[in-house]
Amino acid sequence: MRRLIYLLPLLLFVGVGVAFLRGFDRDPRDIPSALIDKPAPDFSLPPLPGYKEGLSNATLKGDVTLVNVFASWCIPCKAEHPIITRLAREQGVTVRGINHKDKAEDAIAWLKRNGDPYASIGVDLDGRVSIDWGVYGVPETFLLDRQGRIRFKHVGPLTPQVVDEQILPMVKHLRSAS
Amino acid sequence: MRALLLAALLALTPVAASAVQPDEVLKDPALEGRAREISKDLRCLVCQNQSIDDSNAPLARDLRVLVRERLTAGDSNEQVLGFVTDRYGDYVLLRPPFKATTLFLWIGPFVILAIGGVVTALYLRGRKGATVVAGGDTAPLTEDERRRLDALLRKDKA
Repeated sequence: MRRLIYLLPLLLFVGVGVAFLRGFDRDPRDIPSALIDKPAPDFSLPPLPGYKEGLSNATLKGDVTLVNVFASWCIPCKAEHPIITRLAREQGVTVRGINHKDKAEDAIAWLKRNGDPYASIGVDLDGRVSIDWGVYGVPETFLLDRQGRIRFKHVGPLTPQVVDEQILPMVKHLRSAS
Repeated sequence: MRALLLAALLALTPVAASAVQPDEVLKDPALEGRAREISKDLRCLVCQNQSIDDSNAPLARDLRVLVRERLTAGDSNEQVLGFVTDRYGDYVLLRPPFKATTLFLWIGPFVILAIGGVVTALYLRGRKGATVVAGGDTAPLTEDERRRLDALLRKDKA
């Protein structure tokens, strides 16, 4: 029985080892959002020149909405763009955009070239509204419920896996909930 | 020669590294001092292990400007930190706050030190106890043993 105490350091070592090993699977860039389950911050952004609607809190209420922070200079944004387009066109999800620190003409050319799945886009020229949303790296994507509360956030480009395993089930749940 | 030495020394002097740009600096030195102090406690989320005071990332610059704006608007240091954590969470603080979820982080080392201390104390006491018991266990020499021992010692001397 007393001998068992000599196993203790080994067990401790294995425990620490397992904890560290699990750390390898975690993405240090994936920081939990402080805004989950909170209403979207108060904001009002103008539209791109030539576009009708900008983006504000009022626009975000009433339907389950995906808010995507993007920029024409951001390479991963281009990678996720077809996925967002499919979400909007094939799954019927309302997608709205925040154009982050971009030149208007660049953004418009980018949307012409890659397609525009956004129901409306707000222009955040100085990135101040993005800070209110807790954005620290584009692209970032938020999912909001009908009351305009933030329910989910993804940092980095959307992948088919994130869409199938997290976003679509959440959209379904939020739509049936209220 | 002396000038060369001086130049070499100057080149080796570490320059206080900070990413604060001249156009960001506030006119009021007291406010600027507070801004620097707050900036050193705020993590740059892009580079993660640098404070926004050290980081050249655009987001760090935006946050430095924001901190200075809040201070100019009359916020206290705590209010400014609160403003940032409301948006980015506790993760943005380089010094984690003391609360239920971080309890183990803060007191863990002391708990482990205490456990180590108790185990060491028990071990040392157990060892001392063992010596006492070992002495107590040994029966005094019998008459026969003493005679044999004396004989051996005498033989040695001879």
